Amino acid sequence: MAILEVQHVSKSFGNTEVLKDISFSLEKGKVLSLIGSSGSGKTTLLRCLNFLERPDGGVIRVNGEMLFDAADPATMQEGEIRRKRLHFGLVFQSFNLFPQYTALQNVMLAKELLAKEKPDYKSKKKEIHAQIEAEAKNFLDQMGLSDRMDNYPHQLSGGQCQRVAIARALALKPDILCFDEPTSALDPELTGEVLKVIKGLADQETTMIIVTHEMAFARDVSSQVIFMDGGCIMEQGTPEEVFEHPKEERTKQFLSRFTNQ
Amino acid sequence: MEFSEQFPIVVQALNVGFLQTLKLFFVTLLGAIPLGLIISFGSMSRFKPLSFITKIIVWIIRGTPLMIQLLIVYFMPGLMGNNIWGGGESGRFLAASVAFIFNYACYFSEIYRGGIQGVPAGQEEAGLVLGMTKTQIFFKVKLLQMIKRIVPPMSNEIITLVKDTSLSRIIALQEVIWAGQSFMKGNMGIAGVIWPLFFTAVYYLIFNGILTVLLGRLEKKLEYFR
Repeated sequence: MAILEVQHVSKSFGNTEVLKDISFSLEKGKVLSLIGSSGSGKTTLLRCLNFLERPDGGVIRVNGEMLFDAADPATMQEGEIRRKRLHFGLVFQSFNLFPQYTALQNVMLAKELLAKEKPDYKSKKKEIHAQIEAEAKNFLDQMGLSDRMDNYPHQLSGGQCQRVAIARALALKPDILCFDEPTSALDPELTGEVLKVIKGLADQETTMIIVTHEMAFARDVSSQVIFMDGGCIMEQGTPEEVFEHPKEERTKQFLSRFTNQ
Repeated sequence: MEFSEQFPIVVQALNVGFLQTLKLFFVTLLGAIPLGLIISFGSMSRFKPLSFITKIIVWIIRGTPLMIQLLIVYFMPGLMGNNIWGGGESGRFLAASVAFIFNYACYFSEIYRGGIQGVPAGQEEAGLVLGMTKTQIFFKVKLLQMIKRIVPPMSNEIITLVKDTSLSRIIALQEVIWAGQSFMKGNMGIAGVIWPLFFTAVYYLIFNGILTVLLGRLEKKLEYFR
């Protein structure tokens, strides 16, 4: 069964329809790349999945659980949304690390706040803290940042910041990790190091949705590609289908700009 | 009386006056710092009537002289037939505190608003996607970044407040200026001298020097992040 099912999702800002009847599904352990020109609705779609925007219509299911149903206001309760968000992780284009915390503290913060809400927190404070710290260090290790844990974001390069942000998202063990143009704010040299860790996550079968303009990377890493244009899904399929044999004229046109470079 | 004889008498009187100045200063800070936060939330509220009323209040308070506000706060209740302050020094202090707290809270609220709105929206979004509540995001993520942003403008206001306390002279609060002036009319056997009034400036200068150093240290302390 699909881990994520999105059906007929739509979203407007004022009179502008940014998402029109978006439907797709994603299997566990697979990687989905969202490609398309700026303003095609890719980022809005990610933000809807993470409950940063509320769709006007449609349904979102994770593991069969109804997370959002535009027809059912009960699925939009504030307290519930907080829990539902944790099914998803989101890595931002501009990192959005917390500047006053070290890399390690950035990774640990949310987890610690969640742990404090558990009834047995007070009695096992030390153990819980130690465990969260060990896990956070593990994730930073995995991102190749073992010697950077105690640095503040402003002391890190853009690539390092983005890797901290990835570790921070991973720390909450989301079912689906989303990336919103994770390398767009980085220069080409730093882009490589971030793409490498994302590739590493794909190899470990982390379920991911990646909005990207890195076509070669998208083709290489994903098992499924969606091309969006004007708020619609124009074409979806395997990387092979979309990149090698696009059916739609609009897709061909979009891709030609990249292959001609 | 020789100057050397006058000096210890004057200093003692000025010390007493300056204690009242300090009291007003700290009470104002203690009241205006949290009240300013409430007012800033009011002016940023998405509930239009609330933000409108708050903005009107801030406009009136910032648009009129503090001296007039002191007079209104102190004399208005009596004119309306109910002198809630009573006649004594403690009544004057209470009235002065109310006027100062409201006045400074309005200025602080605008500084806070700038500080809060200056924190990038991405910080809140990052917190939300990590499953944090809005309260947690405010206290754990945004507050310190906001404090860092507001320390320099707040330092300015705080130093201004030290000197503004002298306005409470208008309702005869017995602060340091009042004490200095008393030696013109005559006090403790000294009359017709003006230097004690001039000398009060030294008190302000020294206290503001101390504050400048402390606030500078706080600013430095927050330099560990950007």
